[in-house]
Amino acid sequence: MERVRKWVQVIIGFLTNSSWSFPFTKTIYQGPLKVICAPGLNCYSCPAATTSCPLGSIQQLLGGLRLNLENGQHYFGLSVLGAIGVLGGMFGRMICGWACPFGFIQELLHKIPSKKFGIPRMLSYGKYLLLILFVVVLPLVLVDEFGTGHPWFCKFVCPAGTLEAGLPMLFLQPNLRNTLGLLFLNKFVILILFMTWAVFSSRPFCRTACPLGAFYALFSKVRLIKLHLDEAKCTNCKACHHVCPMGVKFNESPNDPECITCLACMNKACKFDAISLEIGGIPLAVPDRGMSPANKP
Amino acid sequence: MNQTTHPHHKKRPLRKPPFVVIPAFLLLWLIGVATGEPARVLEQAVQVCLSCIGIG
Repeated sequence: MERVRKWVQVIIGFLTNSSWSFPFTKTIYQGPLKVICAPGLNCYSCPAATTSCPLGSIQQLLGGLRLNLENGQHYFGLSVLGAIGVLGGMFGRMICGWACPFGFIQELLHKIPSKKFGIPRMLSYGKYLLLILFVVVLPLVLVDEFGTGHPWFCKFVCPAGTLEAGLPMLFLQPNLRNTLGLLFLNKFVILILFMTWAVFSSRPFCRTACPLGAFYALFSKVRLIKLHLDEAKCTNCKACHHVCPMGVKFNESPNDPECITCLACMNKACKFDAISLEIGGIPLAVPDRGMSPANKP
Repeated sequence: MNQTTHPHHKKRPLRKPPFVVIPAFLLLWLIGVATGEPARVLEQAVQVCLSCIGIG
C-alpha cells in the first residue's frame, strides 16, 4: 500500500504540474485549467503548474475584496473555500498524505539517512495561527494605498512557492535576479530551514506551518474517508505510535487532526486488525501487511 | 462458529456528518461560481505573482 501511495503522490504531482513547455516559453502555463484548484500546496507561479494554489487564490481574492466590492463584484473566495471544503469533507488531511507535492518532497528528504527527531506537539498549533492571521486576517485588513491587501503567507512564509516557483523563475528569467532583496532572502532562509528540518524530522512544514493542512485538519472528525479504531481489538500495545510520520498516537486519538491517513499504522504496525479504513462508516479496506492469516497472532 | 467471518464485516452505522458537510461546501462552491469568481481566479493564476514567489 505504501508503494501505491507513492505512485498516487507522483501521479498527482505530475497532473498538477504537467505543463512542460516552460523551458521554451520561459514563463508559466496560462491555459484554462488554472481555474481548477490544486488539492495540495502547489504554487501557481510554478512554471509547470496547470492548477491554481487554493491558498494563493484565496489570499488574492481576500486581498482584492474591498476594491472588488467598490466595483460591484462579490468575490469572497467562496468558490475556492467550497472546492477545498468539499475535498476536506471527503478526504480531510488524506490530501496531505496522498496529494500534496510539498509533502511528498519532505518525505523524500526524510529518507536521507540521519539521526531522526520528533516534533513537540505544541508546535502543531502554529499552522492554525498562520491560517487565521496570514491567510485570512492580514490580506483582508492591511491594505496599501490602492486599497489592495497582499498575500501575506505567500509573500513572507511559503517555502513551497520559493522552491516550486521562485527558484525556477529566477533561472528562466534572469532579469528577475536584479529585483532580489530581503523579501526573497527571508523566504529562501525559511525554505532552507524547513528542508533541513525535513531531513531530521518527518514532515515538519505540514505539522507546524501549513495553513492548508490546518484547514483540512478541521475536518478530522467529520470527513468521509477515515481510519477507524476497533477499541475491542486494540491492546494498547502502542505499535501504531512508532510508525506514524505525523507523531499521532492513533489508539489514544483516532480522530487526530494530524492524521494524514497514510495507512502506516494499519498496514505496518497493528497486528490485531484494530485499525481499518472506512468510508462514511462502511469498511473500505482491511490491513495489508502481506501476512497470511496463519501468520497473524 | 464461523471462524472465517472477518471482523470488518460487522455493520457499523452510517456516519451522517460528511453528508452534511460536503453538500454545504458544494453549495458555497456553486455560489462562488455563480458570482463569476473562477474567472477572477484564472486572471490571477495566469500571471506570475512576483510577491507570491518572494521577488516583488
